[in-house]
Amino acid sequence: MAFFKLLRQSPLSARIGLAMILINIAAAIFVPVIAPYSETEIVGDIWLTASKDHLLGTDHLGRDMFTRLLYGARNTIAIAFITTLLSFLVGTICGFFAATLGGWTDLTLSRIIDILMAFPTLIFALMVLSVTGTSIIALIFVIALLDSTRVYRLSRAVAMDIEVMEFVEAAKLRGERIWWLMRHEILPNAMPPLVAEFGLRFCFIFLFIAALSFLGLGIQPPTADWGGMVRENAGAITFGIFTALWPAGAIAFLTVGVNLIVDWFLHIASGLKD
Amino acid sequence: MDSLGTMVAKRVAFGLLTLIIISLLIFLGVELLPGDVAEAILGQSALPETVEAFRRELKLNLPPHIRYFTWLGDFFQGDFGTSLANGRPIADLIGWRFANTMFLATVAALIAVPVSIILGILAALYRNSLFDRIISMVTLSTISFPEFFVAYILIALLSVQLIIFPSISNINEQMSLLEKIHAIFLPCMTLTLVVVAHMMRQTRAAIINIMASPFIEMARLKGIKRMRIIVLHAFPNALSPVINVVAINLAYLVVGVVVVEVVFVYPGLGQLLVDSVSKRDIPVVQASGLIFASVYIGLNLLADVLSIISNPRLRNPR
Repeated sequence: MAFFKLLRQSPLSARIGLAMILINIAAAIFVPVIAPYSETEIVGDIWLTASKDHLLGTDHLGRDMFTRLLYGARNTIAIAFITTLLSFLVGTICGFFAATLGGWTDLTLSRIIDILMAFPTLIFALMVLSVTGTSIIALIFVIALLDSTRVYRLSRAVAMDIEVMEFVEAAKLRGERIWWLMRHEILPNAMPPLVAEFGLRFCFIFLFIAALSFLGLGIQPPTADWGGMVRENAGAITFGIFTALWPAGAIAFLTVGVNLIVDWFLHIASGLKD
Repeated sequence: MDSLGTMVAKRVAFGLLTLIIISLLIFLGVELLPGDVAEAILGQSALPETVEAFRRELKLNLPPHIRYFTWLGDFFQGDFGTSLANGRPIADLIGWRFANTMFLATVAALIAVPVSIILGILAALYRNSLFDRIISMVTLSTISFPEFFVAYILIALLSVQLIIFPSISNINEQMSLLEKIHAIFLPCMTLTLVVVAHMMRQTRAAIINIMASPFIEMARLKGIKRMRIIVLHAFPNALSPVINVVAINLAYLVVGVVVVEVVFVYPGLGQLLVDSVSKRDIPVVQASGLIFASVYIGLNLLADVLSIISNPRLRNPR
């Protein structure tokens, strides 16, 4: 298989990154089996230190930290992943449309995106959330929409290069419709840069949601979520209880993993040998 | 071909246009979203008379375009309206907090800019050396870490284990500059670490790009000394991308300050914005959002104008 052949040639850093991501995905899928307790079950005193019963201790309400961390993997990664997918759906469709139609459509879309990109994302998201209130659905839509501006830029640029190729010209002369062109001619050829960008955007969205949850404006308790867990347990740090560093470390762990893979992908895509 | 003045003027005009549209968006965002703000704030169970009175207080009974121009006009005169949460004038809430935020961002920038430019140049010159690899590993991980992770590690190390710096950065006007800097040391460190990573990587990429260009190779083949190539040939050309990198990262810094302020309970504009969002104090959110956006757009504008000025090639596009 092509994938395994690629994997065998991969550098050590990419393999480490892949292992880091797989650990997270495994945790997210098999939570109910691995987790010793349930997501919101109170199992003991607050802020217990690590022991045989509680591998990472307990949190500010006496819930098992290890269990919460595993459920957090499921919730946080799932929401970030859905948001990234949505952002790509909107961004690539608009980008491809702008590139294939050109002219007036392209100009209008690009100007709107330019203006949206001139506005800091965090501030924009905060303003919208202040009106819509913090629900998971609102969170996903707001972030996906804001982030799709970046995807639009890239997919438009890539599609512009493909659009001038002979095979697209041939398909146009055959009388194919724009949807068919986008789906069968442009998309397959735009895949490699879009995949690398997917990793980058996922990291960004993941960190962004974590930051919002940390500010208390993202995913709401009692749902286990890494950013929110840092917020809940942060107060104890000044007393020398470092429980909050576990979820914060978990966020860092996953993003480092994804970044290592993305670095390798960009390296392959750029065609460098060393 | 445009003269320098026209190009700068065009860019400034675009910046102003963006700002106007952003202000419209901030205003309309509240307007277009489903439901009525008054109802949303008072809740489902509020009496119709209460909602009506509250709508009048928010001036929601006036037509939107009139409200927009009144709001914008007042904003430029320094009257930001009153807070819904405590009924105080927003200008009083924002003024000193904005000064605090700018103080924190300025101190962080004064440290971060020279450090990252020097590290970036060194990493580019000694590319693929051990030094370069270590630096790029460290910066890659700093970029991957959320800001609050860096912040809490610093707190755990420097404020809990070794009790050197306070974990809560409270500053007031009675403090001397030295005391203030001691108080904001940890948030400043956090911001610096995050921004240096970004800025250094971009500086390194810009310098490598220039060192690979034909005129540098020519100079090297002529036998010109390394130091002379760097100072006289590479540096003037690197100036434009580096200025751009610096200004863009300063814009990032101003926004990145929000999370850091919350971690260290620093009395700044970011903290106020986050508090107001959770209290749904919409006038305060709008005013502080517009201030953040103006600073951000202003710095991006500065980046573009400076690179137009420092790079003659941009003035004469082929």
